[in-house]
Amino acid sequence: MLDNEDHLLENHPRELTQNPLKKIWMPHKNSHIGHRRVCMTNCPTLIVTVGLPARGKTYISKKLTRYLNWIGVPTKEFNVGDYRRECLKIYKSFEFFRPDNEEGVKIRRQCAMSALNDVRQYLSVEGGQVAVFDATNTTRDRRGTIMKFAEQNGFKVFFVESVCEDPEVIAQNIVQVKLGNPDYMNCSSEEAIEDFMERIKCYETSYQPLDEDLDSDVSYIKIMDVGRRYLVNRVVDHIQSRIVYYLMNIHITPRSIYLCRHGESDLNIKGRIGGDSGLSSRGKEFAKHLRSFLEEQKIKDLKIWTSQMKRTIQTAECLGVPYEQWKSLNEIDAGVCEEMMYEEIQEHFPLEFALRDQDKYRYRYPKGESYEDLVQRLEPVIMELERQENVLVICHQAVMRCLLAYFLDKTSHELPYLKCPLHTVLKLTPVAYGCKVESVYLGVESVNTHRDRPENVNVQRSTEDALQTVPAHL
Amino acid sequence: MAAIHKKPCTASKSSTESKRTDLKSNEKKGSWAYYMTNSPLLIVMIGLPARGKTYMSKKLTRYLNWIGVPTKVFNLGAYRREAVQSYKSYDFFRHDNEEAMKIRKQCALVALQDVKTYLSEEGGQIAVFDATNTTRERRTLIVNFAQENSFKVFFVESVCDDPEVIAENIMEVKVSSPDYPERDRESVMEDFLKRIECYKVTYQPLDPDKHDMNLSFIKVINVGRRFLVNKVQDSIQSKIVYYLMNIHVHSHSIYLCRHGESLHNLEGRLGGDSGLSERGKKFAVELKAFVKEHNLFDLKVWTSQLKRTIQTAEELGVPYEQWKILNEIDAGMCEEMTYAMIEEKYPEEFAMRDQDKYHYRYPGGESYQDLVQRLEPVIMELERQGNVLVICHQAVMRCLLAYFLDKGADDLPYMKCPLHTVLKLTPVAYGCKVEMFDLKVEAVNTHRDRPLIKVKTPPPMFRRNSFDPLSTKDQIKRPRMYSMGNFSPPPTLPPPAFASTRISEGIESVQRENSVDCFSAPDTGEKST
Repeated sequence: MLDNEDHLLENHPRELTQNPLKKIWMPHKNSHIGHRRVCMTNCPTLIVTVGLPARGKTYISKKLTRYLNWIGVPTKEFNVGDYRRECLKIYKSFEFFRPDNEEGVKIRRQCAMSALNDVRQYLSVEGGQVAVFDATNTTRDRRGTIMKFAEQNGFKVFFVESVCEDPEVIAQNIVQVKLGNPDYMNCSSEEAIEDFMERIKCYETSYQPLDEDLDSDVSYIKIMDVGRRYLVNRVVDHIQSRIVYYLMNIHITPRSIYLCRHGESDLNIKGRIGGDSGLSSRGKEFAKHLRSFLEEQKIKDLKIWTSQMKRTIQTAECLGVPYEQWKSLNEIDAGVCEEMMYEEIQEHFPLEFALRDQDKYRYRYPKGESYEDLVQRLEPVIMELERQENVLVICHQAVMRCLLAYFLDKTSHELPYLKCPLHTVLKLTPVAYGCKVESVYLGVESVNTHRDRPENVNVQRSTEDALQTVPAHL
Repeated sequence: MAAIHKKPCTASKSSTESKRTDLKSNEKKGSWAYYMTNSPLLIVMIGLPARGKTYMSKKLTRYLNWIGVPTKVFNLGAYRREAVQSYKSYDFFRHDNEEAMKIRKQCALVALQDVKTYLSEEGGQIAVFDATNTTRERRTLIVNFAQENSFKVFFVESVCDDPEVIAENIMEVKVSSPDYPERDRESVMEDFLKRIECYKVTYQPLDPDKHDMNLSFIKVINVGRRFLVNKVQDSIQSKIVYYLMNIHVHSHSIYLCRHGESLHNLEGRLGGDSGLSERGKKFAVELKAFVKEHNLFDLKVWTSQLKRTIQTAEELGVPYEQWKILNEIDAGMCEEMTYAMIEEKYPEEFAMRDQDKYHYRYPGGESYQDLVQRLEPVIMELERQGNVLVICHQAVMRCLLAYFLDKGADDLPYMKCPLHTVLKLTPVAYGCKVEMFDLKVEAVNTHRDRPLIKVKTPPPMFRRNSFDPLSTKDQIKRPRMYSMGNFSPPPTLPPPAFASTRISEGIESVQRENSVDCFSAPDTGEKST
């Protein structure tokens, strides 16, 4: 829904007012602070995974969902396996999945229907924009049912098929994610693996992969051998194009991403935000410790990225290795509040200060940016991080919060309050369906720059209430 | 038998290793996309004639250059036309025509030599080898050549069996080819179809399952209905694939215009977020009539998030979409100042900007180069869309226009984008047709020409993001001025030293291909605002 679609009811031209929180100019009647949806697509999209078990469907579903939510497209995944586990409290063996097990077939069908109902609820009623239907969907018949369902409800369908015959990859999958699965809680690893391989066999005979000719009118991407090759058919809109681009950039090669902030800066010490100051002496100390830390870690082929602000570059310079500067990694632009202390912001712009506390994610500084803007700015960085292997990103507090929120699947409410202290390195390692985080404090003292949400966010609040959570500084 | 005397004119071959390093370091002035590439890349087109290879080559090259990756097309047909001065008939292309085959192979080798020079000595990063390359033998030759020179290779194959598409191709671009100067359409079509048949005999498409499974390539099937992508090696190849997947050949037009004249425009101030002047409002009304008149099917309207573009769009009475990335270039500390004020306060900054307007970044603000990076998603989306009207700003419009008209960093910042004028861009053949519509509402002229004397100076220092103008020793940080309700008047406001210029009346100038000279401002010594 675009900002002004009810123009049909009104006269032109309409007076413009600027939404005080997001600094967006809107026609007068719409001056409520509404959540402006990212306009990527007109109708909801149903993404449907296709593939034998242990082909990475759930991995792809979860990752894709995380990415889409992060860029602002409300997305939810619906894993039919979960529905089946709800329905059939105890999993006995692969026999349940045998194609001639009538009762099994019935239950599985019911679960799929139940999941589709929830999909309809999410997309048509709850304001979701994309639903990811995660199941094997290996028969043309099942896919036909889904497409009919989508058509009836006005959803677009996009299939994501994963095809892989590499036994090593499949074995890895099973070990990584199936052994810990509730289905196999009470078995030994060998039993689990054996059972799972039989399960796969149950699907193999009836598997009808997406076909170039028979499915030529269907929109899909076929991922072969974990991204070695892709077949893309009939991409119809922007969101599908973005999804394809994303899927073509992710990989599963083991690696780690290191996130940290620049060393403590002169402005940090004074309690001032933004600006472009240099490192304090403690900040320089941190840079040295960072260098030792990296040497100890012995990271293979590490790439180092900084922003284009002095403090991150100075930090990187101490490492004595090549690094790349990205303007997109620059700290959030605080506009007219640049280089101010929180006390000064409260003094000069108390309304702004309160609005920020009310909705820190969407709040845009006057002549500056919001966290929401930052996410859009950082999307190419995330895309490139997905392509890369070992990377150290030396950035800033707000930027680091955005990047961290992507990797740890944090909501827009949590994002602006994630703790990213100075002089601490976060090591992120993808594992199973998520990300393992290790926090390493490098032992150099610094000021705390984290400001929690105060209790009183009312615009009429007292100065004392407003400054309740401001961290200490000079 | 035509001997091969010379190859088509290309850049001079005088370069040495150091020149390449120089050029590379110059280009590496932070071009954001440049990081994506390390070793040079050779893109090799594959496909029967009339499959859109040259169309894709030129478009891709234009896009890559725009995002800052030096790219050049090497079209084998041009080399062949140099070697064989006059084309007689399709017989030349018969696979059993030994003499012709020798000539054609020779041309390929010469072209590859030029590719080598471009990538190894002249600072090029990507070369697009535009030829049919339909046999495995030819492709093996190219792959070996690339390996010898440490170039990466990425193939782009276009496969199409839709006879309508092919016929349209032939009509659109072959009929006007130098090969067919005076023929009538029918005989051109006949000869060309026979030419295609010659190639079909020996055509060996890429085989992803066996023979070519280790090559990096994209197969474009039926003009983008389907794609097969194999072994993408790095980020730039990924970006190329993404781009090729987003372009289409459907007929559509893109309309670019600026917001109506604003209050700041009247005062000669840069940036800010002021509303429309009376004349600006009048323009919006005229724009509405223009849109109605042109009867545009399913027109999308995009604006920035600055008041003046939104006010303009509001008048149209149709839904529009706001994009923050369409906002005008951020002039940082110079926001809301006039040029005269900037010259007075920051004379060295002012001078530096004139030296290299494309790369110059305002203190605490942006450069044109930054703007291009920021606008890349807009371009990608414009490629996907049908009819779009983009209501934006002077610097932004210059960047977008430079993409469509293939203007380089030297020309981009001086392109003429006057107020109250709509540019209609329609893709045609290998380029873009431009029509300019002056909506006949007077406005100030905000264009500042290139300075007369271009002094050869070392490239300007590159500011990271500091608020300190590189020239000033004054350490006091100034807060940025803003106009949000309370407008704090600036210290001194010199009287406007310009007269509103009448833009040439009612001329719809139709420009062909890439040359749109009214947009490259000549050095007229016009008094600047």
